[in-house]
Amino acid sequence: MADEIRVEVARYRPDKDREPGWQEYDVPLRTDWTVLDALNHVKNEVDSTLAFRWSCRMGICGSCGMNVQGEPRLSCATFLTDYAPGPVRVEPLANFPVVRDLVVDIDDFLEKLPRVKPWIIRDEEKSVDDGEYLQSPEELEAYQQFSMCINCMLCYAACPVYGLDPDFVGPAAIALAERYDLDSRDQGARQRLDVLIEAEGVYGCTFVGECTRVCPKHVDPAGAIQRYKLKAAQESVKAFLLPRAFR
Amino acid sequence: MSDDPMVATHDVLLIGGGAAGLRAAIAVAETDPGLDVAVVSKVYPMRSHTVSAEGGAAGVIAEGDTIDEHIYDTISGSDWLGDQDAIEYFVREAPRELLRLEHWGCPWSRQPDGRVAVRAFGGMKKMRTWFAADKTGFHMLHALFQTSLKYPAVARYDEWFVTRLLVDDGRVHGVVAVELRTGRVRGITAKAVVLATGGCGKVFPFTTNANINTGDGMALAYRAGAPLKDMEFVQYHPTGLPFTGILITEATRAEGAWLVNKDGYRYLQDYDLGTPTPTPELRSMELGPRDRLSQAFVHEEAKGRTLETPYGSVVHLDLRHLGAKLIDTKLPFVRELCLKYERIDPVRELIPVRPVVHYMMGGVHTDADGATGLGGLYAAGETACVSINGANRLGSNSLPECLVFGARAGRAAAAYAASAGPPPPSVGSQVTDETRRLERDLLGRLPRDDSIAAIRTEMQTTMEAAAGIYRNGPDMATGADTLRELQDRVGRVGVRDTSRTFNTELVAALEAANLLDVAECILRSGMHREESRGAHQRTDFPDRDDERFLHHHVVTRGPDGTPRVNRLPVTITRWPPGERVYGR
Repeated sequence: MADEIRVEVARYRPDKDREPGWQEYDVPLRTDWTVLDALNHVKNEVDSTLAFRWSCRMGICGSCGMNVQGEPRLSCATFLTDYAPGPVRVEPLANFPVVRDLVVDIDDFLEKLPRVKPWIIRDEEKSVDDGEYLQSPEELEAYQQFSMCINCMLCYAACPVYGLDPDFVGPAAIALAERYDLDSRDQGARQRLDVLIEAEGVYGCTFVGECTRVCPKHVDPAGAIQRYKLKAAQESVKAFLLPRAFR
Repeated sequence: MSDDPMVATHDVLLIGGGAAGLRAAIAVAETDPGLDVAVVSKVYPMRSHTVSAEGGAAGVIAEGDTIDEHIYDTISGSDWLGDQDAIEYFVREAPRELLRLEHWGCPWSRQPDGRVAVRAFGGMKKMRTWFAADKTGFHMLHALFQTSLKYPAVARYDEWFVTRLLVDDGRVHGVVAVELRTGRVRGITAKAVVLATGGCGKVFPFTTNANINTGDGMALAYRAGAPLKDMEFVQYHPTGLPFTGILITEATRAEGAWLVNKDGYRYLQDYDLGTPTPTPELRSMELGPRDRLSQAFVHEEAKGRTLETPYGSVVHLDLRHLGAKLIDTKLPFVRELCLKYERIDPVRELIPVRPVVHYMMGGVHTDADGATGLGGLYAAGETACVSINGANRLGSNSLPECLVFGARAGRAAAAYAASAGPPPPSVGSQVTDETRRLERDLLGRLPRDDSIAAIRTEMQTTMEAAAGIYRNGPDMATGADTLRELQDRVGRVGVRDTSRTFNTELVAALEAANLLDVAECILRSGMHREESRGAHQRTDFPDRDDERFLHHHVVTRGPDGTPRVNRLPVTITRWPPGERVYGR
């Protein structure tokens, strides 16, 4: 194996550069190094001006999403040796405005997330003095996978629909809505459906399934979207057959 | 002030958006919906380091468990340096806070009958640790963050880095912060400020902590004149992966994993931690406290019974007898981390582990309300030192600590803000001064032949040499001298990155200065404590000395900028100091 691998990094400083460009760095190719280790090597030893987000380096905080060789990946969980002999291209996540270098603007997601009401909604809230809501292991299992979303934005970067229509609520937010719908403690499904049945809701999705494919935590947002479409369809059938009071 | 476009105004500011900060924010919003509250964080809240906590959160709920037993476990775990009134409040309140998280959607693992399940944990005599598989912190943080979204009163400053507290006449009136996206420096005034910025693991080279754990809140408080407490107590977790330092949770041992040396021998039996049994025994062997287990590793290494790797000596954590089913149900993240970062499968293979810096027992000195003594300034979570952890924290006490004292500090800050007046005009000039400091001293300075990364690395190796699992006076003194030199260097270093947009090098420079202040306090406090207690073990003073040292250390910044160490009594209520007994 070669000692080094070339990393081609997308650079862009809006207050300095007229347009985005590329910068190449040769970094040690070590079996235990991730793409993030390579970027930190560059930042600490070669070029301290390179900007990227990272924190936990163990695939749980969701900060370090980037496009590596064209695929949205967590850079802390993507190993350099998978791209040997190189070069390996590192770019900001697609479908988001670039703030600088590898840093993207995810405000859009943070504005959409509260719209799907990702919290427990109850008709009547139980007092803490009355203990926990009972929830069997099977009931937990029903929503558990959808609760694994780390908000890393890889699914938005992979979603061709979001790329074309930025109003689309998007995979992670819909998966989180489904996470609460499926939670036996929750009674807010109707409120969330009202949001997701709108034009920018689940109907935007054309079932490409890229979101599920790139999800590093196997959340299956595409599955969540499919379930919502079914719920929405059932609602429209009900609306057609039943007077409003019975829906 | 509100007419000044450079200044935003709120009633209460939370600095940090992890478990303590978000819990505090919700507490403020619920206490007084009329208050204007904002969370200022250098990362998006769901990136906060709470996300990495794995094993669980302790709270008495199981039949047969008692409040007094959790209190006693915590006190003996703290080597009698925890304040017993604070511990008692904490233990009583923890189950309620964990239930509140349950009501907010946290996916706690369950028993077949639907009630919350609990597991064993190190140093705990009863099973009382609530868990969400082995991603407890992740689930708690996301439940808190998502729940916080339903309170419109909670504003957020995501990716704003706080550089200084606004202080006038013994009272805090807000902060100065840099908006990372634009590089704009702004004053944000408030009647009360709660620091909840987490720990400072990045003082050391090998840590479970995330990149963001740079002791920011501790340094902010220290520079503003608030004392730091018990800074000499740094927790080494016994089981981190070599190279990355990624934590392998104590829950592995709670579920029955063994620690073995290079001969496959369960070496903890040689260190007064009990005798090996096939299934885990509480407060014994692998379920001893973290300080004792990390110390046992050092002795095992000295005896030549560890294994050599390119990243230092290791012992093995053996999960193989637990079976794939249990591992996949209760420890799936451990398996995922081992497969990804070590390329081994713990179902069939041994996990290499070594002690790793994990947690700061010390922090900003507070009372049980989170009050720091500086008017309007509060602290909670790992940033703070109430103290419930004393000389050694028990695993699974830190997550409930964030909730219990985050909530209490939030309520106290809300009450303070409701009666406090507006900030004085003088804070405006402080904002101007700070803006000038950042522009001129950091961004405007010509880079020399030095770098922030080099200074940081030297600090980390210095601290590992001076303040490891075992310490001594001369090494700490040498380390403190080196830190002074590094302080000088960090005061002169320039930032090469001249862009105003998302300047991570500027942030790193500010963080390095924070780390150095915290590091200095760790060493100065350690030099004063001429005894061995909990996580502070001195080869030149190997015994606990209650006569001379059954007290806290508080460090304040002297007029010349150097730390001054003073004493504060420990609160003892019903549990007089005794021997820490494990495994017998």
